[in-house]
Amino acid sequence: MIVGGGGHGLGTAYYLAAEHGLTNIAVVEKGWIGGGNTGRNTTIIRSNYLFDESIAIYEHALKLWEGLSQALNYNVMYSPRGVMMLAHSVHDTQMLKRIMHADRANGVDNEWLTPEEAKAYCPPLEIGTHLRYPVLGATLQRRGGTARHDAVAWGYARAADALGVDILENCEVTGIRRGAGGAVEALETTRGLIRTPRVGVVAAGNSSVVMGLAGVRLPLESFPLQALVSEPVKPVFPCVVMSNAIHAYISQSDKGELVIGAGTDAYNSYTQRGALHVDLHTLEAICELFPAFRRLRMLRNWGGIVDVTVDRSPIVGKTPVPGLYLNCGWGTGGFKATPGSAHVFAWTMAKDEPHPYAAPFSLERFRDGAMIDEAAAAGVSH
Amino acid sequence: MSAFRTASGGRVDRARRLRFTFDGRAWEGLAGDTLASALLANGVHLVGRSFKYHRPRGILTAGAEEPNALVTVRRDAARETPNLKATQVELYDGLVAESQNRWPSLGFDVGRVNDLLSPLFPAGFYYKTFMWPRSAWARLYEPVIRRAAGLGRAPEAPDPDRYAQRHAHCDVLVVGAGPAGIAAARAAADAGACVILCDEQSEPGGALLDGAPAQIDGLAAGDWLARAVAALAADPKVRMLARTTAFGYFPHNHLGLVERCTDHIAAPAADSVRERLWQVRAREVVLAAGAIEQPLVFPGNDRPGVMLAGAARSYLKRYGVRAGTRAVLVTATDAAYQAALDLHAAGVAIAAIADLRPAAAGVWVEAARRAGIEVLAGAAIGGTRGGRRVSGVTISGRTIACDLVLMSGGYAPSVHLFSQSRGRLTWSDSMRCFVPSQSAERERSAGACRGVYGLAAALADGAAAGLAAARACGFTGIERGYAVAGESATHQAPGATPPAVADRGKAFVDFQNDVTIRDLVLAAQEGFRSIEHVKRYTTVGMATDQGKTSNLNALGLVAARLGKPVPDVGHTTFRMPYTPVTFGALAGAARGELFDPVRTTPMHEVAVARGAVFEDVGQWKRARYFPRAGEDMHAAVARECLAVRNACGVFDASTLGKIAVVGPDAAEFLNRLYVNDFAGLGVGRCRYGVLLREDGFVYDDGVIARLAADRFHVTTTTGGAARVLAMMEDYRQTEWPGLAVWLTSTTEQWAVIAVQGPLARRVIEPLAAGIDLAPSALPHMAVAHGRIAGAPAMLFRVSFTGELGYEINVPAARGVAVWEAVCAAGRAHGITPYGTETMHVLRAEKGYIIVGQETDGTAVPDDVGLAWAIGRKKPDFVGKRSIERAGIRRAGRKQLVGLRTRDPKIVLEEGAQLADRPGIPAPMKPVGHVTSSYASAVLGHSIALAMIAGGRARIGQTLFVRVPGGDVEAKVTIPVFYDPEGARLHA
Ligand SMILES: Cc1cc2nc3c(=O)[nH]c(=O)nc-3n(C[C@H](O)[C@H](O)[C@H](O)COP(=O)(O)OP(=O)(O)OC[C@H]3O[C@@H](n4cnc5c(N)ncnc54)[C@H](O)[C@@H]3O)c2cc1C
Repeated sequence: MIVGGGGHGLGTAYYLAAEHGLTNIAVVEKGWIGGGNTGRNTTIIRSNYLFDESIAIYEHALKLWEGLSQALNYNVMYSPRGVMMLAHSVHDTQMLKRIMHADRANGVDNEWLTPEEAKAYCPPLEIGTHLRYPVLGATLQRRGGTARHDAVAWGYARAADALGVDILENCEVTGIRRGAGGAVEALETTRGLIRTPRVGVVAAGNSSVVMGLAGVRLPLESFPLQALVSEPVKPVFPCVVMSNAIHAYISQSDKGELVIGAGTDAYNSYTQRGALHVDLHTLEAICELFPAFRRLRMLRNWGGIVDVTVDRSPIVGKTPVPGLYLNCGWGTGGFKATPGSAHVFAWTMAKDEPHPYAAPFSLERFRDGAMIDEAAAAGVSH
Repeated sequence: MSAFRTASGGRVDRARRLRFTFDGRAWEGLAGDTLASALLANGVHLVGRSFKYHRPRGILTAGAEEPNALVTVRRDAARETPNLKATQVELYDGLVAESQNRWPSLGFDVGRVNDLLSPLFPAGFYYKTFMWPRSAWARLYEPVIRRAAGLGRAPEAPDPDRYAQRHAHCDVLVVGAGPAGIAAARAAADAGACVILCDEQSEPGGALLDGAPAQIDGLAAGDWLARAVAALAADPKVRMLARTTAFGYFPHNHLGLVERCTDHIAAPAADSVRERLWQVRAREVVLAAGAIEQPLVFPGNDRPGVMLAGAARSYLKRYGVRAGTRAVLVTATDAAYQAALDLHAAGVAIAAIADLRPAAAGVWVEAARRAGIEVLAGAAIGGTRGGRRVSGVTISGRTIACDLVLMSGGYAPSVHLFSQSRGRLTWSDSMRCFVPSQSAERERSAGACRGVYGLAAALADGAAAGLAAARACGFTGIERGYAVAGESATHQAPGATPPAVADRGKAFVDFQNDVTIRDLVLAAQEGFRSIEHVKRYTTVGMATDQGKTSNLNALGLVAARLGKPVPDVGHTTFRMPYTPVTFGALAGAARGELFDPVRTTPMHEVAVARGAVFEDVGQWKRARYFPRAGEDMHAAVARECLAVRNACGVFDASTLGKIAVVGPDAAEFLNRLYVNDFAGLGVGRCRYGVLLREDGFVYDDGVIARLAADRFHVTTTTGGAARVLAMMEDYRQTEWPGLAVWLTSTTEQWAVIAVQGPLARRVIEPLAAGIDLAPSALPHMAVAHGRIAGAPAMLFRVSFTGELGYEINVPAARGVAVWEAVCAAGRAHGITPYGTETMHVLRAEKGYIIVGQETDGTAVPDDVGLAWAIGRKKPDFVGKRSIERAGIRRAGRKQLVGLRTRDPKIVLEEGAQLADRPGIPAPMKPVGHVTSSYASAVLGHSIALAMIAGGRARIGQTLFVRVPGGDVEAKVTIPVFYDPEGARLHA
């Protein structure tokens, strides 16, 4: 049983069926598939992370993205338009260069651009000294880009369904029954009891709630994270640009909308909307870096609940409860990981043993202090 | 005057003619026109092309819900605004507008071929195609799709206009100034409440602007409106905002409003504000946002000349424009008959009224027949004909020639803001639409936006809501009614279920996004059951009108297809904004200098005068180096470094965070927080403090001085000032509320002048009064009070350079004078101002870490050689338990070491990765990375600090730094390159 019909959950079900020969698989989703963060994110895909462990799992995902449309026979529109990350200070430059060197050592493409090269790659970008924080340089991962979020959920669902996976929508897990030995026995849901010896919880912002049903407390905080789009305009924006320092994340969709990531609210919450000032702050940054976009208009805004760990890295693996597995903590940046996360999690569930790429992301690392602190690399990491 | 303009009537000013151009062609309109009404007055119906099929499109509505008539308005090269709704663009003299999404011209559009190929492009077609071969998507298909996407063009030049923002509070905010809203505002204000009344249109009045054939309190409706508006305008408790859209409803009655100030003016003053964002906090909210007429879904319902009945009436009554010469009305409700009768009276031939209801009868039908109009009850609509303008419509098999088709599927209450506020909607079977049921905020809906139709009912409902809102604020108002006479009969206005239609031709549900009935059927066939899925798969309701004319029809169709009642299918989430909001209005004045506050030190201007080059460190501007003529950074820094090492330098350290920690428990407080022992620190002494997070990783550092038994002066890193204070407050308030201690940020109260170098004492001595500078009296890590250059001062003997050093703290206002005095006194000793870059080199030569550069959120004190700082006898401190965990004690953690390149001239790149063998191809696992790297002038070679796995055990080994084009050999050393014994420090 997989709890959570987002990309990670549906993908897990698909790989369990496709690669591990499991046959009796179901996904339960409390709303509609892809209606969680999978269908709410700004779809930035990249693997240029800082720590070796992160690079390994995100690069695993990026390689899968490259062939995902063909593997699923569903066009997920992975578009390697290049992800550019801007440096606005000496400190930013040091950190981005460190990431670049770490990526290259790990065999992941990442290169340094001068401000002029950054502008040539993304003409609407302002770099000049009239900016409050001029652009001092940028890294570019050319294989980074975007994909179509809904298609990822639907593509995995369709492919899993074809392999016999049951997908139950409007089916919320309300209890996790454990046997005398403590192992998982069954899920209580709004559509009835489902007996099962093996449960993978892939519930993103609601992970703490679901794991709480089994008596497991998680080192997670849930916050609303917002995004917004402009009205559609003819192609003006050729790539993805991220500025961690001044909080701007932007790309243009196939439909022509500028897709803009905002920040999280300061307070924990499960309500899928955020405060106005968070959007204002984001648009200040967008208008500062791209002053020609000032006359464009915000068409739609929404929020999702992100599950954030202290080191901004995910939790993928076994739990203290036999038969219960956990995949969460992807926070503000797990869309890019979808195929990789699903793939290693399926492996972990099938073999009851952490996949080597998943092993560093154990729940135990919080107990032992083996942090993989990507927060250092990015204020917010999309 | 054009043939389509009536001789009189309406709210346009016939004396003021305005010129404008559309796609380069010149036209004339009247003051009071919108671009849409002016175009219609000139007989122009073809104004745009649809998104996917590039079908010719006209004007469907007369308001904010318009999906078709999108234009770009251009004032000059930098002031180009795409995607504006022509129905909302107010005409001004000289207005230049262009159609969008067509090439080469609106009349002849090559993209139209998509319409003919449409069997190839049903909803979601791209998910199932364009995948093979693998490389073709990114190289071939996607670029083509992208080129076709988008509506207008984004401007290319920076927007020079100004935007403003305001916050406002009121007792009652009324959204919508139709009859219900005006009555609500009046009632609330009469009761004594402070009221804000906003409306998105150019003037208040709502439905009354279209001329109601009724009297209110004995006055013609129009006259009553003028009086009511004048009364509100005269009331000092009421603020009326025209052209102001309430776009977002946030928790706790916080609403976002955007006011458009100049877009309707021909030549706005240069310094005027284009748009203003209002953030209103209201005690009570009355929503009186009206209702939106819904189209009917039938083949060819998108042709130019097919228009909502209410819109055609609005063009006639408000703008004096006949939208055609010969019209057919297709309706499913009584409400549209008024439009046909009014147009008929204005000389438009009504060829027929096709009433889709089998048993159409009653007063309206009789009135129409009395006027000589043919009414076809139980009519079936087959479709329309025509090219760029409708030329006929097929009703029950008979084709009727016409140049205007009026349609009405009834009205849907505008529940957008109510739903945004998280109020619960309920489905009304009688009206076939969603209406508000349970409020989540202190809010009430009134009038058409909750399904209360008709003038008398709306006025009464508004008055009641306004009074209730005022009473909820504690005012005691009295009820007051309106006498309405002559109102036309029944005004029930149901939302429509789209009639089943023959599957011929395209019947549009979402006009802008080209979503047809067939697309919705396809989505259902594909297995999409949730309305949110259908929306995302077909893009219905996702256009720039956000489904105002399509969501309800789509819902009805999907429900019918799935055989479920509408409420079981549910509705999509209503999200802000109600209508699109300009980025500029949301960003406000935040640009350039105002984007983020610039913080400067008290001595900033002195540094500017000396030609310093600055760097941004957080919000601070810090002098990075002080170049002399002909010097680059490297040369300047080398000179500054040597001056400090050999003589004396002066440095502005004012940006360091400073916190006064005061109270009887101050020592205990710091003892619990920092790793060091502070209980044992004597008065007048300083200690280098290390602060950890709960998880044991280094968070901040800085020198802490004990000024008195109950008073500490804590310094933090420049970037850490705010977060360290926040962390302290968090612990003080939540963990240890019993401790008597007070925290005050004093960062900006002190100017800090660091005087460093072997001659530092000689520079300061003549300036100091009341302070004994002798090493025995003021040793390293001591602090004394006295006067420096006449200013009251705290003098710290501390060093971040490894030299004999002092940091003079004087009140910020005295900073410049003391700085100048220090420089004057030091001139004889060769005193040299230096910047942050030199500071970094000097501290790296000594192996002093920078938190955030050597550390990265995964370093515990021992990793960076700071285990010595930990107070061994302390029972506890923040992070203590964490650093004793197994994972933290294991071997192989990264440790701080020094690196010396074999070639002394090579300065390594910070962030470069290290390997223990040369030439390992990627992917490989690096053993560590370079954290700091500089050319050391005093040592004559480059130096670097690095974090390396098991680093301390590797001292003496050779490692290989991976740089493009080969590896650089470097030897691992201790992380102190200069004066390892520290003799200079204690001089
Ligand atoms: C605004 C925003 C922008 C983002 N931008 C990016 C980005 O640019 N790049 C990037 O890589 N990542 C981004 N992310 C993060 C990314 O969206 C997530 O990390 C990722 O999609 C998580 O996928 P998931 O499948 O784990 O979660 P989800 O898609 O949220 O799926 C979890 C599912 O579990 C279901 N569920 C919860 N509780 C129960 C229960 N009791 N019973 C049954 N079902 C339950 C939920 O309904 C949900 O559908 C962003 C997130 C947000 C909110």
